[in-house]
Amino acid sequence: MSALELLALSPPGWGGLLLKGLAMSMTVAFGGYFLGLLIGIGGAFGKLYGGPVLRDILDTYTTVIRAIPELVLIVLLFYAGSDLVNRLLVLFGSRPVDINGLVAGIMVIGVVQGAYSTEVLRGAIKAINPGQIEAGRAYGMSAGLLLRRITLPAMLPHAIPGLSNLWLIATKDTALLAVVGFTELTLATRQAGGATKAYFLFFSTAGLLYLIVTLLSNVGIKMIERRAYRGMPEVG
Amino acid sequence: MKNWLKLHRIILLIIAAGLVTAIVTLMRWDWLPNYYGDLLSGVWITLVILFFTCILGITLAIPLGLFQVTGPKPLAAACKLFCTLIRGTPLLLQLWLIYYGVGSLFPQIPWIRESLLWPYLREAWPYGVLALTMSFAGYEGEVMRGAFAGVPSGELEAARAYGMSRWTTLRRIWLPRALHRALPTLAGEVVLQLKSTPLVATITVVDLYAVISKIRQETYIVYEPMLLLALIYLCLTGILVVTFRYFENMIPTREA
Repeated sequence: MSALELLALSPPGWGGLLLKGLAMSMTVAFGGYFLGLLIGIGGAFGKLYGGPVLRDILDTYTTVIRAIPELVLIVLLFYAGSDLVNRLLVLFGSRPVDINGLVAGIMVIGVVQGAYSTEVLRGAIKAINPGQIEAGRAYGMSAGLLLRRITLPAMLPHAIPGLSNLWLIATKDTALLAVVGFTELTLATRQAGGATKAYFLFFSTAGLLYLIVTLLSNVGIKMIERRAYRGMPEVG
Repeated sequence: MKNWLKLHRIILLIIAAGLVTAIVTLMRWDWLPNYYGDLLSGVWITLVILFFTCILGITLAIPLGLFQVTGPKPLAAACKLFCTLIRGTPLLLQLWLIYYGVGSLFPQIPWIRESLLWPYLREAWPYGVLALTMSFAGYEGEVMRGAFAGVPSGELEAARAYGMSRWTTLRRIWLPRALHRALPTLAGEVVLQLKSTPLVATITVVDLYAVISKIRQETYIVYEPMLLLALIYLCLTGILVVTFRYFENMIPTREA
């Protein structure tokens, strides 16, 4: 078969499978990234305003996650996470469930990203002029209102470089789920290559797809940056 | 030290010690002596791969960065393209592209089969080393570009004023200053590279991760080997971080 026939969208072409894999990768990347952001916001506030015990626990979390290879974490959390949930279910008397690979993938990427997000957001919050937060408190704002109106919007410009970097890492980390047998783009590519022996063609195509995602993300990041930095003096 | 040991930390440490004792006594560790040699050789292979890919990678990264700053336009564009390609795609994909893709093309070319390199090309590790080296070069090329561009132009002008040739300027002023500026970033990147090395296990290179996978398959023990693996990587990362901090402190900096 020629390259175009191999990449055709409908079978016997493999293009459809690759695009489905890409959609899976992006779903996991989105889900994991936003779960990571939520963990990161919680973690950052815990590290900055939490008690000493909470701070030490969060320090351990971010240090350990960031020191262990993503591949090891993904394999460990993917199996251990599903196993743990099932054991808890059995303990409480219900039947074990087959955990969806997609959900497990999002959880795993989320927990890993959460550690990095925590550090990025902590730094961003620390970069806010403390007078602004004090002024908010002086106005009698509650903690939630202060977070929504002052802290989160004010830290955003400081957090954007780190957070956009994390998004790019998230899209590429999803490839590691191929190792635990989750059919995202990289594993779909390997299956297509294995069936047709046209490894080079399929891996190059997948590389191009990842590259397009990265380049489109960069365009999006530029737009967000322009909006977040409006009214700020030009630096560098 | 006294500040560090507060009451809540002592309690947390006791809890952690309890957890470790539980893991050691309640989980199965009887397989450990049987695989002692395998584990050591796995750690060794991981460190060797890390060392050589970092050295080769930074050697490639210096010209990649330099050409992007000072090279002729087509060369600069080519270097930029290389960095974008590497940084825009997952390492696992690059590794599999090189191992399965390029590796499957080689046997079809007769003169490669007859060359002296063929016995090596039939093994997996050259592909792993190549992929990791290119990855490191791609990321560090970008770092070096920033570092070269960030050296104050006054220093380079001073070198020219002293009558240094372009080569001498590069060797004596530009490169050392750029490396100095890039050192903290490079230290972090070496740790990232360590965390990328287990990927080579997916193309049958027997590094630490592959040894642990083998143990898991042979003993049917699921979690204990993985916990040990995480612990070993934690220690390796810690050692790297401390070593780099030591070297960074050896280089004198002017403190403001």
